[in-house]
Amino acid sequence: MAKRIDVKDLNLFYGKFHAVDGVSLAVPPKNVTAFIGPSGCGKSTVLRSLNRMHEVAPGARVEGNVLLDGEDIYASSIDPVQVRRTIGMVFQRPNPFPTMSIRDNVVAGLKLAGERNRKKLDEVAERSLRGANLWNEVKDRLDRPGGGLSGGQQQRLCIARAIAVQPDVLLMDEPCSALDPISTLAIEDLITELKKEYTIVIVTHNMQQAARVSDQTAFFNLLGVGQPGRLIEVDDTEKIFSNPSQKATEDYISGRFG
Amino acid sequence: MNDRSVAQRPAGTGDPGARRGVPAARPDSEAPIPPTTEAEQNAPHVRPGDRIFRGLATGSGIFIVVLIGAIGLFLLLQAIPSLALDQVSFLTSREWSTGDVNNMRYGILDLLLVTVVSSAFALVIAMPIALGIALFLTQYAPRRLARPFAYVIDLLSAVPSIIYGLWGLLVLAPVLTPIGEWLTGALGFIPLFAEGNVSIELGGTIFTAGIVLAVMILPIITAVSREVFDRTPATHVEGAIALGATKWEVVRTTVLPFGKAGYVSASMLGLGRALGETIALMIILSATNAAFGWSLFDGGATFASKIALAAPEFNDPRSAGAYIAAGLVLFVLTFVVNAIARAIVAGHKEYE
Repeated sequence: MAKRIDVKDLNLFYGKFHAVDGVSLAVPPKNVTAFIGPSGCGKSTVLRSLNRMHEVAPGARVEGNVLLDGEDIYASSIDPVQVRRTIGMVFQRPNPFPTMSIRDNVVAGLKLAGERNRKKLDEVAERSLRGANLWNEVKDRLDRPGGGLSGGQQQRLCIARAIAVQPDVLLMDEPCSALDPISTLAIEDLITELKKEYTIVIVTHNMQQAARVSDQTAFFNLLGVGQPGRLIEVDDTEKIFSNPSQKATEDYISGRFG
Repeated sequence: MNDRSVAQRPAGTGDPGARRGVPAARPDSEAPIPPTTEAEQNAPHVRPGDRIFRGLATGSGIFIVVLIGAIGLFLLLQAIPSLALDQVSFLTSREWSTGDVNNMRYGILDLLLVTVVSSAFALVIAMPIALGIALFLTQYAPRRLARPFAYVIDLLSAVPSIIYGLWGLLVLAPVLTPIGEWLTGALGFIPLFAEGNVSIELGGTIFTAGIVLAVMILPIITAVSREVFDRTPATHVEGAIALGATKWEVVRTTVLPFGKAGYVSASMLGLGRALGETIALMIILSATNAAFGWSLFDGGATFASKIALAAPEFNDPRSAGAYIAAGLVLFVLTFVVNAIARAIVAGHKEYE
């Protein structure tokens, strides 16, 4: 299930704009890697390149390799749709499908993959909702629209939707930035739980969050306006937050940035 | 006049926060802005600009309501005296003769049926095509192509209806003749495709009229659907893509559910236009004395085309009243269609 990711010399472009320059890093399996850095430094762009969402934007281009357990997901023989089915993603704003019930939201990915067995779908829905710590709150209203839940519940619904397909990797793009502190705590606890089964990469602006949930932290930075974002350093979270090897990292995490 | 409500709302009270998926509401236009100059101290709550604008906006709103009410009232007042002269049942008779004012016989049943059937037929043709075009323009076409393409579609609605009428009768009808003959021959056992009461060769059939109407209402359905589909929240689309949805699955799981209500109400707008279309149908539809027999190859007249054809009779108020009564029914019919469209859109909002 959980697979490792190796990014090798990744360059990302939006049209002529060089957004990210030469990123190489390794994400071990069953491990949480946090991407931190100032806005516009390309951390979300890198995250989106890990499940080939980057290329959905018009004009977007990718150079370099992303290996999933050694297999290049950008190889010409690989279908991007298939990649996205094995690498789940949770977004900044909770985005359950508003026309679907809670249950249908959770199993949407499975249905796309062709699963029609009602019993199987119900099982997966329950397992995923339990996995996302949402089951007890919604078990009596599985047929109600997902849009009726609170923001934090919606985000956990989206996590349930992402893990329902049992992905190899779970990508999270600032999953708590639209949530209140209590919901944030619930998601963070959940991330710690999910780590036992999934490889997780999370983008966050909240450095305490990165320190709390991640095992490894990657710091991205911009050298200047119009310059591409770069990976400054990646190391154990403990080391990054106590004794980073780069001065820029230390400045950023101690708030002396810019 | 709104001093109290304004006073209860302190200046610091801003927008309570954006709801999910909805752009932040504009700040309340009546929210007081702290006075900055002494001249404004006298009237700190509502500035003159606000007052004038509100007056203009309210006035426009009232004006249109009064106008519609006046049209309805006019139709009713003109129609009632003539309805009293009617020798047959207005709603259920198929007869229409207003030549002899002492023996006025007019019923709208055929007009109603021809109007509804031709418009419904047009809708059946136009709806799927418009859906296809709107999806193509918003989802599949490259941006560079989508824009000019959309303009061309919009251009269709700029063609005067008299042109559509002439095109329908002189160009389209001959092309449709063999198709019509084949349909009546092969599927004639279905009443809808049965041999009609006018000549298929001349082409003045509901079949021709419906296809012309379909072309005429295509732009409005396409334009509105396109707008709606374009507004599918990007977060939903991304969510679907991230789950491994193909293009078509993205359309099916996000774009279509989101735009369904808009598409249906766009179609209703198109239907409203088809129901009221006059000149094109006046030119195309062959007049007939035979009753409407539920065939697409019948001729006849719609409300609007019948009224337009009868213009020379309008100098007699009794005869004119009969047509106005028919117009009143068309008015109500269009009104009902629009009300349905509104209800659908309102239902969609609730759901959001």
